[in-house]
Amino acid sequence: MKTDELIVMLATGVSAVDRNETRRRFALATGLGGLLALILMLTTLGLRTDLAAALATPMFWAKLAFAVVPAVVGLIAVFRLGRPGARVGWAFIVLAVPVLAMWALGVAQLVAAPAENRAALLFGRTWLLCPLLIGLLATPVFILVLSALKDLAPTRPTLTGAMAGIASGAVGATVYCLHCPEMAAPFVSVWYLLGMLIPAVVGAACGRRVLRW
Amino acid sequence: MEERLRCLLIAGLGGDEKSYLAFLGQLGAYLRGYFVRRLTGFPGDVEDLLQETLLAVHNKRHTYDTSIPLTAWVHAIAKYKFVDFLRAHGRQAALTDTLDEESEVFASKQTEALEASIDVQDLLESLPNRYRLPILHVKLQGLSVAEAAALTGMSESAVKVGVHRGLKALMARVGGES
Repeated sequence: MKTDELIVMLATGVSAVDRNETRRRFALATGLGGLLALILMLTTLGLRTDLAAALATPMFWAKLAFAVVPAVVGLIAVFRLGRPGARVGWAFIVLAVPVLAMWALGVAQLVAAPAENRAALLFGRTWLLCPLLIGLLATPVFILVLSALKDLAPTRPTLTGAMAGIASGAVGATVYCLHCPEMAAPFVSVWYLLGMLIPAVVGAACGRRVLRW
Repeated sequence: MEERLRCLLIAGLGGDEKSYLAFLGQLGAYLRGYFVRRLTGFPGDVEDLLQETLLAVHNKRHTYDTSIPLTAWVHAIAKYKFVDFLRAHGRQAALTDTLDEESEVFASKQTEALEASIDVQDLLESLPNRYRLPILHVKLQGLSVAEAAALTGMSESAVKVGVHRGLKALMARVGGES
């Protein structure tokens, strides 16, 4: 087919495009994914038994912020990465803030603690399970976000896959906060971060294949 | 260029056929130059890549955000399709550059001869329905895209893509059999 013919065919009878439709669909996918993660957590892990008491401690909120900030920033950045030509440089700066803050807090706690307590602050009682469970809770959002990206046009698929992983990992971590009894900053700064990075690595690895269009 | 094309695209996104046609036409001319400069090794592939890119622009036009400069949006898509093309053809084309050019000359002559002799219906039958039906209705029976879409239950966009990809597949088959 000649290029001119193609152009005429594409333009003929072209319908109006609702540009808010993609935003709605993306929001729906992430909302549904978050809900599924919450149900998964409630049915298999359950809320932490001392949740009411924990709500009164600053550390609970610091931990929650450590997960919520990358979740929100990551989701916005993924949506932008789905649109050719959009810039996301700012996202990396904002993503670094909670990580650096939690690392600083963690180091401060380790330095202030007596030497024999330091291992407990870092490993808690659930260090092995924590990243795996966060990765597991990230799965619904991860899958739904990647499939929502099919409708968009990510031109940097590896980065987009990684960002989808960070965002879904952070949603998983947010939900996990409601279950996890660990309250030490050194623990959160390492194992929560690792939990978010697992889906990020998976996303980066499969981005080019999965997000092809 | 930015401002004029932007206005045409935005009108086109609102459903204005004339503006959208002008947008694609001017964008096509611009992108042809863009690809000619980059595909110095394989000039025969410029139109192919250009059509892939125009199809991508059309299919993904809902991802254009008015806060993004149009040139940034277009370049990101063109570059993506260009890299995609290089990945698919790069290695093979680098090895058989001269041969490719020669075989292309042969292919086009043989294609012309074959077009007359091969039964179009037989060739069409070998295509999957998503390609066969759009070509049958739009190219052979002369229906409009909208009519073909209503008849087959496909979306108009799918009919357009089907015609384009189907014709390409047909040409590949004719070339392959020769």
